[in-house]
Amino acid sequence: MSSGKVIEPPPETKRKPGQVKRSVRRLESKAKVDGSAEYIHNLSLPGMLYGKIARSSIPHGKIRSIDAAAALALEGVHAVITGEDVRRLIPDPYYGPAFHDQPILALEKVRYVGEPVAVVLALDPHVAEEAADLIAVEYDPLEPVFDEVAAAKAGAPIVHDILKPAATFPDLKHLEGQSGTNVALSSRVRRGDLERGFQESDQIFEHTFRNGKVIHAALEPYVTVAEMAGPDALTIHTASQSPSFVRSEVSRLLGWPENRVRVRTAFLGGGFGGKLYIKLEALVAACTLLVRKPVRIALTMEEQFYTITKHGATVRVKTGVKNDGRILAREVETWWNGGAYADIGPRVAQKSGLTSSGPYDIENIGIDSHAIYTNEPPAGALRGFGVSQVVWAYESQTDIIARALRIDPLEFRRRNILREGRPHATGMLMSDIDIDAILDRLAERMDWDRPFDHGSGPIRRGRGIAIGMKACVAPTTSVAMVNIYGDGSCGICCSTVDMGQGSDTAMAQIAAEILGLSAESIRVIHPDTDVTPYDMATLGSRSTYHMGNAVRRAAEDARTQLLRMAATALKTDMEELECRDGAVIARSGARMTIRDVMVARFAMQAGNIIGVGSFIPPYEKPDHDTGQSRQITPFWMLGGAGAEIEVDTETGRIRVTKLVNVGDAGSAINPEIVERQLIGAGTMQFGFTVFEEMIFSEGQVLNASFADYKIPGMLDLPHDLTGELVEVPHQHGPFGAKGIGETGMFCVSPAIGNALYDAIEVRVTEMPLTPERVLRALREAKDQPLGSDE
Amino acid sequence: MTKTHRRTIRFKLNGRPAIAEIGTHETLVEVLRRDFSLFGARESCGQGLCGCCTALVNGTAVSGCLYLAAFVDGAEVLTVEGLGSGNELHPIQQSFIENCAFQCGFCTPGFILMTKELLDRHPHPTTDEIRHYLSGNLCRCAAYPDIVRAVKAIAER
Repeated sequence: MSSGKVIEPPPETKRKPGQVKRSVRRLESKAKVDGSAEYIHNLSLPGMLYGKIARSSIPHGKIRSIDAAAALALEGVHAVITGEDVRRLIPDPYYGPAFHDQPILALEKVRYVGEPVAVVLALDPHVAEEAADLIAVEYDPLEPVFDEVAAAKAGAPIVHDILKPAATFPDLKHLEGQSGTNVALSSRVRRGDLERGFQESDQIFEHTFRNGKVIHAALEPYVTVAEMAGPDALTIHTASQSPSFVRSEVSRLLGWPENRVRVRTAFLGGGFGGKLYIKLEALVAACTLLVRKPVRIALTMEEQFYTITKHGATVRVKTGVKNDGRILAREVETWWNGGAYADIGPRVAQKSGLTSSGPYDIENIGIDSHAIYTNEPPAGALRGFGVSQVVWAYESQTDIIARALRIDPLEFRRRNILREGRPHATGMLMSDIDIDAILDRLAERMDWDRPFDHGSGPIRRGRGIAIGMKACVAPTTSVAMVNIYGDGSCGICCSTVDMGQGSDTAMAQIAAEILGLSAESIRVIHPDTDVTPYDMATLGSRSTYHMGNAVRRAAEDARTQLLRMAATALKTDMEELECRDGAVIARSGARMTIRDVMVARFAMQAGNIIGVGSFIPPYEKPDHDTGQSRQITPFWMLGGAGAEIEVDTETGRIRVTKLVNVGDAGSAINPEIVERQLIGAGTMQFGFTVFEEMIFSEGQVLNASFADYKIPGMLDLPHDLTGELVEVPHQHGPFGAKGIGETGMFCVSPAIGNALYDAIEVRVTEMPLTPERVLRALREAKDQPLGSDE
Repeated sequence: MTKTHRRTIRFKLNGRPAIAEIGTHETLVEVLRRDFSLFGARESCGQGLCGCCTALVNGTAVSGCLYLAAFVDGAEVLTVEGLGSGNELHPIQQSFIENCAFQCGFCTPGFILMTKELLDRHPHPTTDEIRHYLSGNLCRCAAYPDIVRAVKAIAER
């Protein structure tokens, strides 16, 4: 440079690219590569006791006695706590988001193998573990029931004698349960005239599809640490996706006001729906109050298998079509294997039930969806919330129908999909969607119009597609605060939990866009119910939309206050001012940094601007008998998947060579993170489709470890694996965004199942598509069935 | 457990001399957490099958959840916290950031240390070699394609 003068570029070019719709790197990137990221897993407190759980060894029975003498005699054991001890502290120690059915520790009865019966507390975790094995429990066994369809029938053993609806969430207020049965919830959708629809159909197809149970297997195990915060208050540090719910539920159990229970979280080492509602929190809170010392319980991987699972499900789909390829009528009935405690299973049944006729424009629809108790470990939310189970069913059948009608499967879907303005099965008019765009992208990425080599010899090749939908959970509330500090820096207080999905980064981008800051400069304060406001939970792909809107409003509120203060300082009108490049800039060219504004207002670098925003989308409760509602969901989630596979016809082994996952993210706040969400979800569902399955024998999980239960690793992945964004902006989403964390789960299974049929002309109706299952189906089709092991 | 054998171990931890009083049944990952507040190596599956607890002992990756702390007596132990120098990240860590090779981050230190062992022994691995070498590390978020890219980017430097 020839002189000391710096030539400033004009403000327009200096302006950073938008803070939203920019692939900002995760704010916590450095902490995640240098080992310093905070997880509750890391936490130890002085004087803390380790708890180890003694668990039921039988699936159903009455507790006759619990003998803890040997455990208590072990040197170093501080205490043994049983259900009766808990009951002395908490008279009605049953919890749950849908039903208050789950005891903190078993009382009188056990309902699944692995149910917590007692806890040993010791300063040394090894001592606690050894002592837990010394607890002797005697049972009077009762007849168990495991299969969800059998459990729903009259005369089945009853898992719960009485049902106590929780009435916590507005969408579950109607829960009544059917006493004297194992049905926790039956939800219905009725539209048009089903009987007439079938009568007018040229062909009717009816199939039943099944899938087994799988687990979340987040690599950070479930962990909760609690401590007294003075004589009558409690702090719970927990790896939870729902800190606000933990606070209200623990307060309810204790009969305390919420302000005496503080719940905080950190980064989660994965959640996937497992770390929702109450897992260890009530138990650890009770232990802490009973011994008045800090207590930590962290589960092993094996124990994850006895904590919460995805629902196994049986789905019967009956569809009537005209020969020209129009679907006239569809009836779907689903039985959800909810295990021994309802957890959030009734909501899974209801919400996934209401979209189980698929993303299709069908005049006559009947849907029944039953949440069923069995004597297996409880089932709850798992990324997709039941949607992948019903998509597996209806999209497998869509393929069957298209082939029977000799219509290309993609074209068959095009003739039937829901389009903007058309009524969904619930009666709500579709908006802000474009399923054609998803099909277009699938067709393009799958080279659908090009001939496909199916191979000859023992290795056969096939390809398949599927589309699916979800209605984002409603109604739910998010509240956020945006705090501008005296030096002009900014923090966001919100209770959305960053479990790897990148929510910290997305929230920072949203606030930054409004305040004219860079996303990287914003700090997101992690959930702490003493500090961060209410959020329903981090689940159901709701955070970007709900919390994103709350953060947007909070940032707008902060901006209004900031501009008002600046207008006073600059003696101008607020309308003359805007927030840009970390400053307030007037149309006249006058400029104040945010710090300048704070100094002008507070006479020094001091004070705060606190912007507040809350968001609850409109919702109309569905009619009890027909499921009809004008506003069932704030936004629709739509996706599609395509798979190419190779099948070894001699072993039944499937190799997925290509997996394309298409999802509508609205206008993505952070496109690269969103694409990775699609790939991550797609890979998880790929594991559920081809090999993951919990194997039960009399309620006992036979493969409860990574040695026997495999999750996808590097060598399993399809070499061609992509996430593809379709961006159909949502009119009410923050900057047009929708949620997408689960979308990549929806369609992978039927895409692979349909590819399997394409390759070998054999339909497998039960997941996962293990080599044994595929080979058995192949041999049966050839009339050479394989023998059974039994 | 009624009789716990204890002993003193001396070793090099992230380049510095270290000493610890341990039970002979205690694992490396327990001792790193409890006595040194190092949390980068984390127990997850507890069976040496997921790689979250990876540490390098004399340059070789071990599963810290199975590896007894007593075995590091006299050895050099490297955890992810000791990989960079001062405030400077190691190129592997930098590459993981540049390629967005993590989501929840729980498995990341294990992948990074396994990559360190790989590149120390095979500075220019092929994609297939990377996949094979890292196949013992699991990532439930499935950042695998980005991890392979991150490793490849350094290998090609």
